Amino acid sequence: MSNARVETKLWVWQRLSAAVLAVCVIVHLIVIVYAVQDGLSAAEIITRVSGNFLWLAFYSVFVIAIAVHAPIGIRTILKEMTSIGPGPTHMIMATFSLVILAMGFRAVIGLFNASVGG
Amino acid sequence: MSNSIKVSVWRGRETGEFQSFDVPRQPSQTVLDIVTFIQRNIDPTLSYRFACRVGMCGSCAMTVNGKPRWTCRTHVDKVVEDGEIQISPLRNLKVVKDLTCDMTEFFDKMNKAEGKFHPTKTRHDDFDVVLPDDPTRQLAAQGIECIGCAVCYSACDVVEWNKDYLGPAALNRAWTLVNDVRDGGNKERLTAISGDSGCHACHSQQGCVKHCPKNLSPTRSIAGLKRATMKAALKGEI
Repeated sequence: MSNARVETKLWVWQRLSAAVLAVCVIVHLIVIVYAVQDGLSAAEIITRVSGNFLWLAFYSVFVIAIAVHAPIGIRTILKEMTSIGPGPTHMIMATFSLVILAMGFRAVIGLFNASVGG
Repeated sequence: MSNSIKVSVWRGRETGEFQSFDVPRQPSQTVLDIVTFIQRNIDPTLSYRFACRVGMCGSCAMTVNGKPRWTCRTHVDKVVEDGEIQISPLRNLKVVKDLTCDMTEFFDKMNKAEGKFHPTKTRHDDFDVVLPDDPTRQLAAQGIECIGCAVCYSACDVVEWNKDYLGPAALNRAWTLVNDVRDGGNKERLTAISGDSGCHACHSQQGCVKHCPKNLSPTRSIAGLKRATMKAALKGEI
């Protein structure tokens, strides 16, 4: 794939993931405000999200969008601010993405399977 | 208004120092008037560049009190700070001597961005009709008044970080040609401006917009290029 095509596609992926994140962050913040008004506790959060496939789907999309969006931004920072070549840059991008996916899905699946008091 | 201005002028090349001059204050005096006064009356070895003196040629841009400006149309009254003015060469370009920059890189990037017309017709074909209210003509018109002064290039932080970045002026030029219905070079152009030194490297900080003496918006042109490259990539053209 040509350099032009790669750069353009990365830009498109970053914009698409940004659009998804914009919606996710707004929903996430609204729910936090709503939850706090009713008294924030771990038990209450688990009661709301545990076993709920809608929240599982929502936060899965959230995590995937972050895993797409953030490494592309990291790539730009590394290109502009460091002299490391494309090889190490792509390794760091891939690692960063995998770490986000692993940590994100650990939390998402953990909350889905969690039960109050257990 | 005091009778004189204390002017600090960059002397040297990449290394050098500021030299102070006292220049008589005049009504409606421009920064270019100051530099010209110094060269003609105080120190004839001072190097600087100008041509038209009326904001058309784009030759006389310099850094004035830390900001890139066209000096022929910059009134001293608007930029003087506590009776002092500091004048240095444009940022992001090699200094030839004193206030004169080497513009080669800036103009080479116009070519790298395919900022040249690719004709599609011969003398035997009829003229294209381009109406003033045609949407593409209006998009081209928004960027067409660039005088190539390199103020935007000097103001751009991405140029500082990425020496290969084509810069606001070259990309703005490419955008005017993308919207020229007579031009046949868009495939080459969009490929040229999509690499890692092209439009996608722009951070939309809008330093170019802030400082452009012609009040153009290279950022808007670059956003247009991003959309155009996206469409071309989806069609498999680049």
